Amino acid sequence: MRLEGGALSIGYPGHVVGRGLDVALDTGEVLALLGPNGGGKTTLLKTLLGLLTPLAGDVRLDGKPLGDYSIGGRARIIAYVPQVHIGTFAFTVETVVLMGRTAHGSLFSRPSAHDHEVAASALARFGIAHLSQRPYTEISGGERQLVLLARALAQEPRFIVLDEPTASLDFGNQGKVMAEIRALAASGHGVLFTTHDPNHALRAADRAFLLREGTQVAEGPVAQVLNKTQLEALYRAPVETVVDAAGKTAFLPG
Amino acid sequence: MTRSALPGFAIAVAVLIAGLLFAFTVGRYPVSLAELMQVLTAKLTGGQSGASQAVESVIMQVRGPRVLAAAMVGAALAVAGTAFQGLFRNPLVSPDILGASSGAALGAVVGIFFSLGVVAIQALAFAGGLFAVAAVYLIGSAMRTRDPILVLVLTGVVVGSLLGAGVGLVKYLADPYNQLPAMTFWLLGSLSAASAADLLPLFGPVALGTSVLIALRWRMNVMSLPEEEARALGVSTGPLRIAIVAAATLTTSASVATAGIIGWVGLVVPHLARALVGPDFARLIPAAAILGGGYLLLIDTLARTVAEVEIPLGILTAVIGTPFFIWLLTGMQRNWS
Repeated sequence: MRLEGGALSIGYPGHVVGRGLDVALDTGEVLALLGPNGGGKTTLLKTLLGLLTPLAGDVRLDGKPLGDYSIGGRARIIAYVPQVHIGTFAFTVETVVLMGRTAHGSLFSRPSAHDHEVAASALARFGIAHLSQRPYTEISGGERQLVLLARALAQEPRFIVLDEPTASLDFGNQGKVMAEIRALAASGHGVLFTTHDPNHALRAADRAFLLREGTQVAEGPVAQVLNKTQLEALYRAPVETVVDAAGKTAFLPG
Repeated sequence: MTRSALPGFAIAVAVLIAGLLFAFTVGRYPVSLAELMQVLTAKLTGGQSGASQAVESVIMQVRGPRVLAAAMVGAALAVAGTAFQGLFRNPLVSPDILGASSGAALGAVVGIFFSLGVVAIQALAFAGGLFAVAAVYLIGSAMRTRDPILVLVLTGVVVGSLLGAGVGLVKYLADPYNQLPAMTFWLLGSLSAASAADLLPLFGPVALGTSVLIALRWRMNVMSLPEEEARALGVSTGPLRIAIVAAATLTTSASVATAGIIGWVGLVVPHLARALVGPDFARLIPAAAILGGGYLLLIDTLARTVAEVEIPLGILTAVIGTPFFIWLLTGMQRNWS
């Protein structure tokens, strides 16, 4: 299955954020979206999620315009992992994950026994089953990120879209989330994530999409797209490349 | 760390029972618990109570309607407050927001001004409440901003203040000897005029609004997430928000038409209920209804017994509610629950 946007103009009514964007994501692959702040990453993400209507061009899911899907039908195929937030009310972790099952129930239904099973296995997959009865407001930032990943998985989607999944995490949890993103692709999901760190894209993504001031700078396999020249053009800042004896590459800013 | 909801519900039910007993037995004409039980058992079984005629009339005719009205008004305001707090993801809002209370109040004072009957006054209050909320909603959603919730709340404050000016104008024009005292007393909140005839027009809308909210309980959990997240989870937030606001406004208008403006109940009781049973709306709505009924029964009994003259309910709820709320705020920095 494929989620794609062709000749997209993105933004809000009366305010164009980006133009002429071509982006595609297949199931089983990871696409990283990179670029400076204010360049349109989040707007592109929301357009591909169907939360924003493209100003021009169209987003297609499995060949069909995204706008033709019902809001529930879309939620059964594409899941969204927002940036970690604290939340207003102290729902339990289990309740938060069960919210991922909403699109599988009817308007008036409560989560079923099957929904509880799906939620429990999603929690188990990310190793946080022991948190199930803790209030979501009282766990750590890294744990919250995993809970939101579990909620996305409980949606049983084909695509998972993550907004800066590593932004508020410590070093160890960043690695853990990157590994989970790879594992999600290995289990057949198409994953799209935004990041400020090209090394995360290098480590977890198959392809990268470089976006600056609403314009597509480059798109392609990470090994081709992520290099000193492209990154310096993308961020308008010096970048240093480090290569170890085994040939692994990393980038350092400045 | 989760708590079973049972102890919380038990506390809420205990408050309601305490409120019922207190309201039936305390007053200018004291009734003993034994007499209350005798009369209620006799009514249920159809037998003779053996209690005096006066006791029976105090329980059935004088206090009965008022007790039922107080329980329903308290439940209605608490349920509406619970819904609004969840919907606006803000534990500090209440039915007064969105102009629901002031719209209903304007409708009702217009009815009193033209010396209309009880049913017409009720209908005008409903119309006023729904009109106010519709106006707030339409103005709020016409403004395209990044923060529609904040705009909606601010619009509610502005429209509410305009409606308050309308109420002021009607009071200014009212007959200062006959109408004005009635309007003023009613606007401050009172159940002293509640009669058996008021119960059905109160029960119908409160039951309908509460049923809708209970039916939508799971979606209301999801609606308390940020808007885009709720949509990405498959919830049509627009129509659902209209349904929830309409249901909560219905219960608010019905209670305003019966008892005037009683502030703070819709703000304080949802907090207490959340502390008892947690934030899941499936438990929270019934718990808030039970607790709100008991809470207002206790306050209404105080209102008619602590002084020689009856104290308006709105004044008592404010006197009790304000310090309680400030205390809540100081503790709440740790945890909303």
